[in-house]
Amino acid sequence: MGTALDIKIKRANKVYLCGEVLSGVVVITSKDAVQHQGVSLTMEGSVNLQLSAKSVGVFEAFYNSVKPIQVINSTIEMVKPGKLPSGKTEIPFEFPLHMKGNKVLYETYHGVFVNIQYTLRCDMRRSLLAKDLTKTCEFIVHSPPQKGKLMPSPVDFTITPETLQNVKERASLPKFFIKGHLNSTNCIITQPLTGELVVENAEAAVKSIELQLVRVETCGCAEGYARDATEIQNIQIADGDVCRSLSIPIYMIFPRLFTCPTLETTNFKVEFEVNIVVLLHDDHLITENFPLKLCRV
Amino acid sequence: RDTFPMDVAAFDSCRLEAVPVEFGDYHPLKPITVTESKTKKMGRKGSTSSTSSSSSSSMIDPLSSVLDGTDPLSLFAATADPVTTADTTRKKRDKDDSLVVGSDFEPWSSKRGEILARYTTTEKLSINLYMSSEKGKATTPGSAVSEKVRTRLEELDDLEEGSQKELLNLTQQDYMNRIEDLNQSLKDAWASDQKVKALKIVIQCSKLLSDTTVIQFYPSKFVLITDILDTFGKLVYERILSMCLDNRGSLPDNFTPESVNDTAKETCLNWFFKIASIRELIPRFYVEAAILKCNKFLSKTGISECLPRLTAMIRGIGDPLVAVYARAYLCRVGMEVAPHLKESLNKNFFDFLLTFKQMHGDTVQNQLVVQCVEIPSYLTLYSPAIDWILQCIAYRAPEDYINCAEVWVEYTCRHFTKREVNTVLADVIKHMTPDRAFEDAYPQLHSIIQKIITYFHDFSVLFSAEKFLPFLDMFQKESVRVEVCKCIMEAFIKHQQDATKDPVILNALLHVCKTMHDSVNALTLEDEKRMLASLINGFIKMVSFGRDFEQQLSFYVEARSMFCNLEPVLVQLVHSVNQLAMETRKVMKGNHSRKTAAFVRACVAFCFITIPSLTSIFARLNLYLNSGQVALANQCLSQGKIGVCFNCIIILSCQKTEYYYDQSRGCTRVIRKLLESIKAG
Repeated sequence: MGTALDIKIKRANKVYLCGEVLSGVVVITSKDAVQHQGVSLTMEGSVNLQLSAKSVGVFEAFYNSVKPIQVINSTIEMVKPGKLPSGKTEIPFEFPLHMKGNKVLYETYHGVFVNIQYTLRCDMRRSLLAKDLTKTCEFIVHSPPQKGKLMPSPVDFTITPETLQNVKERASLPKFFIKGHLNSTNCIITQPLTGELVVENAEAAVKSIELQLVRVETCGCAEGYARDATEIQNIQIADGDVCRSLSIPIYMIFPRLFTCPTLETTNFKVEFEVNIVVLLHDDHLITENFPLKLCRV
Repeated sequence: RDTFPMDVAAFDSCRLEAVPVEFGDYHPLKPITVTESKTKKMGRKGSTSSTSSSSSSSMIDPLSSVLDGTDPLSLFAATADPVTTADTTRKKRDKDDSLVVGSDFEPWSSKRGEILARYTTTEKLSINLYMSSEKGKATTPGSAVSEKVRTRLEELDDLEEGSQKELLNLTQQDYMNRIEDLNQSLKDAWASDQKVKALKIVIQCSKLLSDTTVIQFYPSKFVLITDILDTFGKLVYERILSMCLDNRGSLPDNFTPESVNDTAKETCLNWFFKIASIRELIPRFYVEAAILKCNKFLSKTGISECLPRLTAMIRGIGDPLVAVYARAYLCRVGMEVAPHLKESLNKNFFDFLLTFKQMHGDTVQNQLVVQCVEIPSYLTLYSPAIDWILQCIAYRAPEDYINCAEVWVEYTCRHFTKREVNTVLADVIKHMTPDRAFEDAYPQLHSIIQKIITYFHDFSVLFSAEKFLPFLDMFQKESVRVEVCKCIMEAFIKHQQDATKDPVILNALLHVCKTMHDSVNALTLEDEKRMLASLINGFIKMVSFGRDFEQQLSFYVEARSMFCNLEPVLVQLVHSVNQLAMETRKVMKGNHSRKTAAFVRACVAFCFITIPSLTSIFARLNLYLNSGQVALANQCLSQGKIGVCFNCIIILSCQKTEYYYDQSRGCTRVIRKLLESIKAG
């Protein structure tokens, strides 16, 4: 046998916008000449929603996943049934990424309860004796730049035992005074989240300071909707008992694929937040939450 | 006559270009040959700067260096050797945009060996490697089959996902071997295209740098682990570079992002994104610093933006020892890719100073108690890192450097010995020589000399500092050089109590005096000439070879040829020689042997040869009188001599000069005295 299918997308970064043309080549490599029943290439994009177990119950969630929302779908018949020569055969393709009417091409996003994914799948059908071949390749869609100017929204914060909520025994907390700021909670997704943090004083030694990037996914289904917050990544900005009154940079790059511009639709929502987490050596954990708005410009 | 008591052949065979000193030929005025071992001049590879700076100086013979560079013949000869003409290749220091450090920068490779040798331990060490599996990121529901297969295959490797390897009770040698194994695993993983595994290895190694147990070993640990980081950085860089090559051949050293193709750029970006998502601060810092150079593929400003950010990031490291070494690593990487970006280097140092108060904090104090280490030993652990950071900061920043050096020299002079002062002098020479930086720093350099001679009154100690004369050579502007020489001579005359024949002192001071003498020309003011002459005379009067009168006379003979342009010196020499003759007579109690008689005749000859070269008639007359008296006292009854004497007087008396007429009474007195002497003898 020894036949291989491959899809090579023209752009090195595989990123396309609505309205552009997705182009590339399908490469069929074979030691011998290949007999086949047709080669087709399907481009599809869909939103997969999962219900979280806690909102609707484990079994319900397991058996009743919401049907995927199809965003875009298109198939090309590349080669009619026949025989392909041995060696390497390259077949170019083009898919215009056009949407009808008001429909929107959502940005690629790999989440926990929401998944927006765009793929190219090449299928080579073959006779009963030989197995069908298939090759899938993901490509990335970015949403168009948002209209209107981005207004920076800087936020100052001060964390002391007094400013904490949800505290049971405030008296048992060690004294501390932490302040800082985020340069903006309206963030450009291609730029890092920035700011500064200063531990002015703390009675207990600081063990770690982290930035916890959180996705908040809301999925609707017949029974209602579920809102779940899960951690995307955790970036440590301070390790050990940092010097007092010395400003420490807050800096975090938004990971590709796992973040996308803040998205709100009729069926689902994808939002983001960041928690500044301070761990003290006596195992006290202090968290300050900041909702973010991510956008692409 | 003594010969050098050594088997010369054996001696030569184990030395580089040495010339043994034979004491039999010893002469105080002969240049003392310094062993010259020529330092290897390192080529500067891939340098983009179009000019060269003078390389670090090999040890030079202090007396021959007087001829260095400034006289036309030397300049002509030097055009054949591009290294020595610093003059013609001088570039403006402010616009130094050299992208590569020159050969005057002591590289890290020469420091690592020292650190490994110095920071050792007999205590047991441990290595803790935790190969994490990817958590926190959802796996894509629709991920392709091949991806799942790959993940499973990775799990079968030695360094398994989710596995924890803890190696305990390692001796230092074991530890070093294990680290070398990791280095090799890294290279193997890379070679077999397991890039993700390679990254995990380097992340784990970086984490080892957050562990400060067995703290006295930390600097060596830093050396070993940063080797791995360097390996990784180089592998990534070269991998991306190879993607740029195509069929066009290699990229030039100073390529721009425009020449980089999209695939290479995308690969590079992937690396940066991957590293940006490393959770822990210390490995994220180290790994990003290791691939700093890869910013070149993406943008022109990448490195200059990254360096300040990484510098600020270090503030998040709570342990000051770990932090200072992180700074040293950043400086090291920074110097490799962008030595001209000084801001970050300085900021690193200032941030270190700001965090110095952490020494008194709990983190440090607890560690010291737990590990039974005293603060002084603890602080020595910092010195390689600080030394490196300061070397980077001071590189080609002569103004900052010299202002600091000037102050610190005094501290060294007060509290340390000549050895440390010599080290400081050597360092100043090293920093101020490139691009002739010394030309802008004469006031500070002069001040340094002043300070040294204020605190060191034992001149044999001072001049035996081997860098003292090379330091003086930096004063290439004659007027400044002469001023410095004057200071030295004044100090000598003021503080030197006893006469000396110490060759070290004589060697040095003859060099100094000759410098002063040679600066005299037709434009020199009389006052200046008088001042210089009196300083030289002060020196001459302090030279004594004791009973070795022959050496003494030889000294005066050489001095005469050296200081021939200053009359007062010649006058002094005549007096000194006369004195020598009279001393000889005293020792011999008035009865000369054949040898001493010949000697005193030589003395008298000296005087009668020297006196005519004087211009001052009165000086000549006086000296003739003195010399004549000495000659007679020593029974130099050669009629010729007396005749010469008389002839001179007659010639002089025939000269109708105003001076003569004014001094006519004096002249008569001289003649009368001489006749009396002859009559008495």
